[in-house]
Amino acid sequence: MSEVNAKREFWRGARAGVPIIVAVVPFGLLFGALAVDNGLSLVQAVLMSATIFGGASQMVGIELFGQKISPLLIVFSIFAVNFRHVLYSAAIGRHFARWPSLKQAVAFFLLTDPQYAEAERKVEETGKVGFAWYLGMGLALYLTWVAESFLGALFGGLISNPEALGLDFLLPIYFLGLVMEFRKRPLWLPVVLASGAASMLAYKFVGSPWHVSLGALVGIALAASMPAKRQTASDLAMTTERSEP
Amino acid sequence: MTTLLIILGGAILTYLTRIGGHLVLSRFENVPPRVEAALDAVPAAVLTTLVAPELLSAGPAEIIALVAAGLVAFKRGMLEMFLTGAVVLIVLRQFMG
Repeated sequence: MSEVNAKREFWRGARAGVPIIVAVVPFGLLFGALAVDNGLSLVQAVLMSATIFGGASQMVGIELFGQKISPLLIVFSIFAVNFRHVLYSAAIGRHFARWPSLKQAVAFFLLTDPQYAEAERKVEETGKVGFAWYLGMGLALYLTWVAESFLGALFGGLISNPEALGLDFLLPIYFLGLVMEFRKRPLWLPVVLASGAASMLAYKFVGSPWHVSLGALVGIALAASMPAKRQTASDLAMTTERSEP
Repeated sequence: MTTLLIILGGAILTYLTRIGGHLVLSRFENVPPRVEAALDAVPAAVLTTLVAPELLSAGPAEIIALVAAGLVAFKRGMLEMFLTGAVVLIVLRQFMG
């Protein structure tokens, strides 16, 4: 890819990240505010966002910091909340295979929920995902996330009534939008119904965050039990080769 | 110091989850059709689990906002869908508390 092309793709990726950034802003600010509230310093709050870069797990982490819980258990809880990334990694990693190792290593660091979903959507539309586009989106999400944590930690507590603005419910709406984007995939409806029901049951009877992994596994197992006719990986690879500029 | 170690430990394990799935899968030369089908189901399966449990604690305003956004998603893109859901939610919450 030429340099001009790469630059254009990078900014396209960054622009595609804008709706996600809008949806995530309240959570970034909230994390910063809560982190300081739970006894972290501003530097520690920002460091957590910069190194872990996973909102839900960071929230769980600072929640536990406030209580008298063993450090190993806190680390394990962060790991448990983030375990779903193993699935993302296996699924989208197939489309990174042609990139140099260093680019792959960077790409996996940036692999968050929305990043994964948007990358899959890109593959759905064009048959592949390019590193420049991926990095543009990933860096946009990463830098704004770190900046929001900083601002939240600095000015926490200034938003007096976040519920009136709907801030607490923007992410579910956003995730629903992503679920809808995949409605043309084979077995979409059965997978959504199975995962939805299983995650609600697990949420009630096992508890958070296990409902994510358990619910997802039920839907995935359903799909694996009835493999549909579809493009094979080698078909996809051929498409990729043809569309390479 | 402990806090710093917890943060770094969490960061390292998180990175392992992000690269680990790929490292395991890339050891296989050919991906069997069942695994392929399973991986194709990953986005819908995981993302659904981030929405569905919200229904358990959602009130009418939240449910109507989700339904409205879901319907818009059939005809329009992600941004229109998201804005519809947000606006419906904010307006309804003024009336429903």
